[in-house]
Order: sequence, then C-alpha cells, then structure tokens
Amino acid sequence: MSEVLKLSPLDQEHRDLGGRLVPFAGWEMPVMYDSIIEEHRAVRESCGIFDISHMGQVIVSGPEAAAWLEGILTNEVASLEPGNAHYTFMLNEQGGVIDDLILYRLGDELFLLLVNASCINEDVAWLEQWLVEGVELNNESSQWAGMAVQGPQAAEIYTAITEGRTLPSRNGVDDLKHEGERLLVCRTGYTGEDGFELFCPSNQAIRWWKAFLEAEVKPCGLGARDSLRLEMCYPLNGSDLSPSRSPLEAGLGFFVALGKGEFIGSDALARQKKEGCSERLMAIEVIERAAPPRPGYQVLDENGEPLGVLTSGSLSPTLEKGICLAYLPVDRVKIDTPVSLEVRGRKIAAKVVKKPFYRR
Amino acid sequence: MIAPTDLHYTREHEWIRLEGEIATIGITDHAQEELSDVVFVELPDMGDIDKGSPTAVVESVKAASDIYAPIAGEIIEVNTDLVTDPSKINTDPYDTGWIFKIRVTRPDQINDLMDASSYTAIVS
Repeated sequence: MSEVLKLSPLDQEHRDLGGRLVPFAGWEMPVMYDSIIEEHRAVRESCGIFDISHMGQVIVSGPEAAAWLEGILTNEVASLEPGNAHYTFMLNEQGGVIDDLILYRLGDELFLLLVNASCINEDVAWLEQWLVEGVELNNESSQWAGMAVQGPQAAEIYTAITEGRTLPSRNGVDDLKHEGERLLVCRTGYTGEDGFELFCPSNQAIRWWKAFLEAEVKPCGLGARDSLRLEMCYPLNGSDLSPSRSPLEAGLGFFVALGKGEFIGSDALARQKKEGCSERLMAIEVIERAAPPRPGYQVLDENGEPLGVLTSGSLSPTLEKGICLAYLPVDRVKIDTPVSLEVRGRKIAAKVVKKPFYRR
Repeated sequence: MIAPTDLHYTREHEWIRLEGEIATIGITDHAQEELSDVVFVELPDMGDIDKGSPTAVVESVKAASDIYAPIAGEIIEVNTDLVTDPSKINTDPYDTGWIFKIRVTRPDQINDLMDASSYTAIVS
C-alpha cells in the first residue's frame, strides 16, 4: 500500500537547498542537505536549524487539565510552573512507553504536549480514551510549523533576528505575539547544545526559516539530528523506546515521579523498581577502527554469546568513533565490560561506557 | 557530476578503468555525492571473484552500500589508503579513491558495461 506522504510547510525550501528528502513517520523530510558530518559539527560549534514541523502539538486545557495529566504522564505536573517545560512519558498500563514528549505549561489550565510525529494519532486516541469532564483536548498538529535552532550561537541569533528579544531560561517557554502572529519559543532541544524550538502558524514558517538562514544558521537534516541526540544518549521512540520497555529499563527514571500518586503504568513501574530491571539500555562505544554500528546488529559477550541487539547506532562525528545503544542484561554487563558487535559475520571490539557519550 | 570518458560504468554506479588485463574499480562521482560522507570502507579479500558478486562495502554515516564485482577475475590489489582515509572516495573518486583491482579473466564482459555518455544519461 502506498502512502501519501505529508509535506512540511518548508518543503519547497528544502528542495531549493538541495535537501535529500526521505519518508519519515509519514512525512517527507530532509535527511541531509550536503553532509551529515558538517551539519552535525555546525550544531556543536556554531548553530544549525532543523525543520520539526512533522512533530505533533496537542493542546490540553480546562480546570481539570493539570490533575488529569498528572494521572496520564510520568513526570510531576503539579511542580511544573506556567512558562516551563519538562520531558515526560505516556505509558501503557504495563509501564511500557507509548510516547516520550515535552510537556509545556503555558498557563495554570493550559498545556501543550509536543509529541513524536509517528505517534500523533496513537497518542490522541489514547488521551481521548481517558478523557474526563473539565478537560479539553485539541490536536493542533496540522496548524503548526516548528523549527529547532540549536548550537552555542542560538541565543544571540534569536536576539538578532527578533530585534532584541531574549530567550526564556532553560526549559522555559514564551507564548508571544510577534509582529501580530502567535509564536511559541521554548528553550528545549534534542541535541545537547543550547538552543530553542520555535513553533509558529504554518503560514509563517517560511519567513522564520529564511530569517535564520540569512543569519547564517546551517540547515540540518534528520541524519544530523539522529547523530546529535545519540551522542547525548537521548532515546528515539520506536528504536530505543517501545511499548514493551519501561522508562526505568531505558535508564530514564529521573523523569518518572513514582512518589506523586497513581498514574497509568505506575503500579507496573513501582513493582519493577522494587524487583529491579533485568535489562537496561546501555551505551556502547566501538574501540577499533571499524564499520559504523547500526540498529539491529548483535551484541556478543567475550565468549561470543548473544547479549542483545543494537537499538540505535552511528558514527559519532564529534568523537569520530562508533557509538550505539542496546538493552543488555544487568547481571552480565556493567561499565567497561568488553563486548563485540557482529557486523556482516565479523566481530568488532567495543565496550560498555557511561552515558552520555558526549559532554559539552 | 563528472564521468571521465576513458572509463567504463555500471548501473550500480561503479567505474572501471581497464589497462591491459588489469581493471581498477571505484564508485562514481554521482555515487559519492549520493552517499555523502564516506566513513568506512570494508575492502575485499584477494582471490577469484564472479561478475556481480558483492566485494567491498562502502559506509556513509547513514547507510552501508555493497560494491559488486563488475567483471569476473581475480582481486589482486586493494586500496589500503582507504582504511585510514575513506573520505578519498568523496574527494577524489576517480583517482586516489579507487577501491580494488581485478585481473580480468573474461575481457569480453567489458562489452556489457556502459560508456560515459550512457552512464551520464541514466543518472541525470
């Protein structure tokens, strides 16, 4: 069955720049323009911009919104002040991950959920299933365009192109009118660098994109987005997270507030926390000059016995070595354990390392 | 995109330079542009090879691509410079970015390959 891919409001801009467009989560999006490595380095050293218009925006509002979200999401909503954002999970009743998302609190009774493109319909269906009186749910995904502007120069570039505005503080969100148009500016990102994510009505996308390019921000594709997030060990849902893995197994218990009271999946997580996880998502670094690791490759112990399968893998453009993630048994593997990766019948030497791979 | 006229080409975007019975093989300028940053090359083992068999693997950040033997023969030399600098495939695909050499046993197979103008037509 052929699927009609959705096009970003910036589609023509990507084509004009020679972007390599690929299907991604039902959208046609640029994987790169000229070079993933150069795009990656621009974000680490100066500034890059990513089209994130494919991501979903779900608005939750109403007098019961905060209390309701508290029962749906893992992180503590009550302690999230208006104008701030945090990373959180939506779990199934078994404690597995439906989606990982950023929750932005725009007001006491107004929230924005920024969700993965591939999960928009599933997330909305899940939320509707649990909907209560006093909460309103609006999927505004098709109305918004988004751009992530990331890198050490992001803050000064924002000030320059908005004629004097300053970014909110880390994890802060500003809900603005800029030149008469709604604008959400959030100091969040998926690269490990300073930067922000900007959301505007779709018909405003091109003017913002062009303004950043005129300020010499480098356009970056999904390829660099993936290598940047992997250097930080930020998980990718559908690869490193799944409905059969919990945030505890993924090593992301920091974003699970088990003490806040019941939420969907909390019983399962409390049990898992008490009993301990048998496997955890671990970081593995290749220690020889070898082919870049890729999802699906087998991880073997020193005797050649299987330990797990890579969920993510890439060459790290910053560290110039292979980096990857896999769920591995905690009783057989710890930091510094030597392992090997099986690549086309050959074994390449690697070891388990502390997360993240890259520190600013 | 550059495609020198003294080379032969395959649909799989390999080029072949035939000098006597020795064929030098690499990937085309078009192929390196498509792959972008080449970060690793798995070189083939020496020895006999059939036409169409997988030999080398060229890996970019995003994907691994098999390189097939465009002609039957014996692999007699590989470009070990690519081990330390695989990016030669990007910067100099037709010269220092060559990948392996075959002593050709079926010189008639060269007739199955394309010339530069036919190759240019299929990629443009």
